[in-house]
This record gives sequence, structure tokens and C-alpha cells, in this order.
Amino acid sequence: MTTANPKYKNSFLKEVEANVEDGHMVKMCMQCGVCAGSCPLGPHWEHSPQKIFMMIRAGKREEVLSSDSMWMCTSCYNCIVRCPRKLPITHIMHGLANYAHRLGLAPQGQPTRDIAKLFWNNIIKTGRVNELTFSLAMYFKDGFGQGIKNAMAMQGVGLGLVKAKRLNPMEILGGHSCKDKSGIHKMIAKAREIEDRRKGFAQ
Amino acid sequence: MSKKQYAFYPGCSSQAKASADNFVRSIDVVCEKLDVQLNEIPDWNCCGASIGYGEGGELPRLALSARNLALAETNFAGQDMVSVCPACWLASRETAERLHESNSLLAETNEALKEAGLTFKGEVKARHFVEVLIEDIGWDKMKSQVVKPLDGLKFAGYVGCQTNRPFGIVGESFENPQYLDKMIETCGGEAVAYDQKVTCCGGALAFSEPEKAQKQIRDIVESAYDHGADIIVTPCQLCQANVEIYQSEINKKQGTKFNMPVVYYSQLMTLAYGGTARQAGLDGQLIKAEKLEKIAGK
Repeated sequence: MTTANPKYKNSFLKEVEANVEDGHMVKMCMQCGVCAGSCPLGPHWEHSPQKIFMMIRAGKREEVLSSDSMWMCTSCYNCIVRCPRKLPITHIMHGLANYAHRLGLAPQGQPTRDIAKLFWNNIIKTGRVNELTFSLAMYFKDGFGQGIKNAMAMQGVGLGLVKAKRLNPMEILGGHSCKDKSGIHKMIAKAREIEDRRKGFAQ
Repeated sequence: MSKKQYAFYPGCSSQAKASADNFVRSIDVVCEKLDVQLNEIPDWNCCGASIGYGEGGELPRLALSARNLALAETNFAGQDMVSVCPACWLASRETAERLHESNSLLAETNEALKEAGLTFKGEVKARHFVEVLIEDIGWDKMKSQVVKPLDGLKFAGYVGCQTNRPFGIVGESFENPQYLDKMIETCGGEAVAYDQKVTCCGGALAFSEPEKAQKQIRDIVESAYDHGADIIVTPCQLCQANVEIYQSEINKKQGTKFNMPVVYYSQLMTLAYGGTARQAGLDGQLIKAEKLEKIAGK
């Protein structure tokens, strides 16, 4: 038995419909499995989107939110264009991953979860990606020793990109940036505040 | 002749010395030749890319794209907003469409945008540069500028994911789009039959799940060799980077001998239009496109 959020009276489907991006479309799945056969990372996850949708309807809250399957999404949109019921599957997978992440139920150390967080923090800082500091943050996410190892392994590629003028070592000093950083920070804080209120994360 | 005007959203990888620096140089030449003017949107921001969902959630991501759309509306009223990056285009178009369909989401997004002193009216259309070429310029004009056809070269047209799905180019199929092959042929090259045309390169998971992504990349490169291609051509920055950069990693780990250049459609056009190797951004290739350099030197 799974423990459901009491707020939703044992209905995980209702919780997903209320709090997950495009969650209201989950119930439209007819279990045909085309999504499962269309995913490039198919051999690597435990639960196909089709299975995830059925698990949601079966109230398997913990199993769904702690699954690492949603984090295998490459955003290729194959599932969306092939779904005969037109479910926005990619969006639902993204929404479920984000919801699980916000609840703290997503798998710890899941590499795509870690990188998604690094990426978001990187872009919000100046409004634009800093490709150098993002790459370095990824290499060093599992500690200094591993970081040096990763950086050494990729140094040929890094130097090649610098030589091809597609990576700027000077970006370490700050790099490209939006002018209205403070406006962007306030805008993102407000958007998060509204969304948190709507999805029940507000304190 | 007056130039067609567009509000231009370059995106992060198109900035000076960023990963698609060379791509944008070739876009500039194509625009010059085809009487297109791209007006850079002042102070544009990152779209959040594919991976932004993990931490960013829904409304903060919509707000990021809405800020760009609002800046386009404010600064270049009446012009379509154009991206050269599929991820930028996808995020912008999805945002424009979703906010058009939902008054409550539009109101919430505008509440956030107000903090940055902007309002999104919902008027501007988000388009991809490939759409501009095909729908506004047309194949005849694209062809009319060719002075140095890429005779004798064989290309694998690798469309990838996000230029093709979920929106794609009007009139094209998701499973076997034809426009990239047609662009190759317009430039005088030969488009080989290529069964990995719309295969995913792994996207952002090339960073987080390198082995899984490199399996995808191996398929993409191997099939180009199997079908006799000299060069892979793509419209996507992440496809270009992933498929070019990781060939050396795959060689190291799996003993392959991949050395397949990966270039953009606009680089082919620049060369066919008589541009130099530097204008075409060939100096930005990690795997040198020697056969193209030879044509440029003719």
C-alpha cells in the first residue's frame, strides 16, 4: 500500500491533475504503448510513460514520484507527435519530474536532476547561459577529485573548442549577461511565488 | 530591394565565442544574400532550454520566454520573432501559443513580467529561421544565389528532434521531413538516403548520461558512413555540438575511427553563395570539413 497525500483523499490522480503541468491529460491515456516504443532512452528506464500514467491512476504515489524514468526524457518529442490520443507526454514527464523534485521525492543523485538544477541556477544568475561555468559545475558536481578526473578526460574537447573559438576561457570572469538582471530575478521570484501558491508549496 | 525585417532572438549559443559562434557567422551571410534583416532583440534572455523544467517549473519558464516575446513586441512591433536555435524557437512558440490559449496563464505570466517592467500582449509570432527561408524567401530565390554548387559532395541531412517535433515545418512529416535534403540539393550537393534523420542525439543528457547519449550519437554517425556521406548537415546547435564533439570520446571508448564533419545548412548555403571558409565558419569545426574547405578555396 502506498501512503497518499491526505489532502487529496487518496486520489493521486487528482493531485497530479491539480499540481503537475498538463496533468489533467493523464486520464486520456488509452494504454496503447506507442510512447514506450518511441522513446530513445527506452532500454534504460523502468517505467514507460504508459506505465507511469496507469500507476498514477492506481494511486501509486511514491513509486511514481521516486521513479527515475521521467528524468530519462531527452525532450525529443517523439512520444508527443506519435500519441494517438494527443497527450502532451513530454510536458507531463517534465511536470512530474519537477513536482517530484520540489517535493523532495525524486531520486537523490539522479544525474539529470542534478544537472537541471545547475543549469537553471546558471542561467538565472545573469539571464544567459555561461557555457564555461556550466561545464565546470557539471564536472565538479560529484566532488573535487572526480571533477579533476572529468575535466582531464574532456580537456582535449575543451581545448579544441577554445581553439575553434567556440568556448571562451574568459567566461570564468562572468561572461555574457543580460543588463536587467535584477528585473529578471524579481520576475522569476514572482513567477515562482504564484506557482507555489497555486500548487500548494506556499509556506 | 527592401529587406524583410524580423525581430531576432539569437539565443545563448549564438553569442560571440559561444558554442555556435561559427553558425551565426554563416547566418549573417545567408541573410545578406537573401535580403533578410535580423534585428537583435535588446537584452534578450535564455529560454530555459530543454532541461530548464527540472528546477524551473512551469510559470518561471513561461515568464522567461514571455520576457523575450514582450521585448520583441515592444522594440520591433509588427515583426515576427525569429530564432536560429530549435530550443529557443520551441520554448518561445510554445509559450506564445499557451498564453494565447489560456487567459489565466497569461494573467499570471504578466503579473511576473510586471516585475521586469514588461507586458506580453500576445501578438508576436515565434518562428524558426528555416521557416523564414522556406515560407518567406522561397526555394527559387534560395537557388538563384548559388554561384558555386557543392558538386560531387554527399551529405547526410540530420534534422534531429526539435526543429522537427513537436511543431516542425508546415507540410513536412515528423518521421521523414524533406526540407533539409532539399536545401542540400539546392546548394548543389547530394543528399544520401539516411535512416537516422530524425534520431535524438541525447540532447542535454549528453552531459548527465554520457553513455546513453553516445549510443545515440554512434548510430547517427555510423549510419552516415554506411550511406556513403562525406559530411553530416544539421539545423540544430545541440545536434551539431553533440554529434561532432563526442566522436572522439566514442573512438576512445569503443575503438571506432569516426572523423565525420558536422556542419550547419547555412554553412553550405554560404559556400554555395560564394562565401569564404571563414564567412562560412569552417574554422569553427572540431572535425575539419576538408572537402568544403577545398570548395571554398576554388
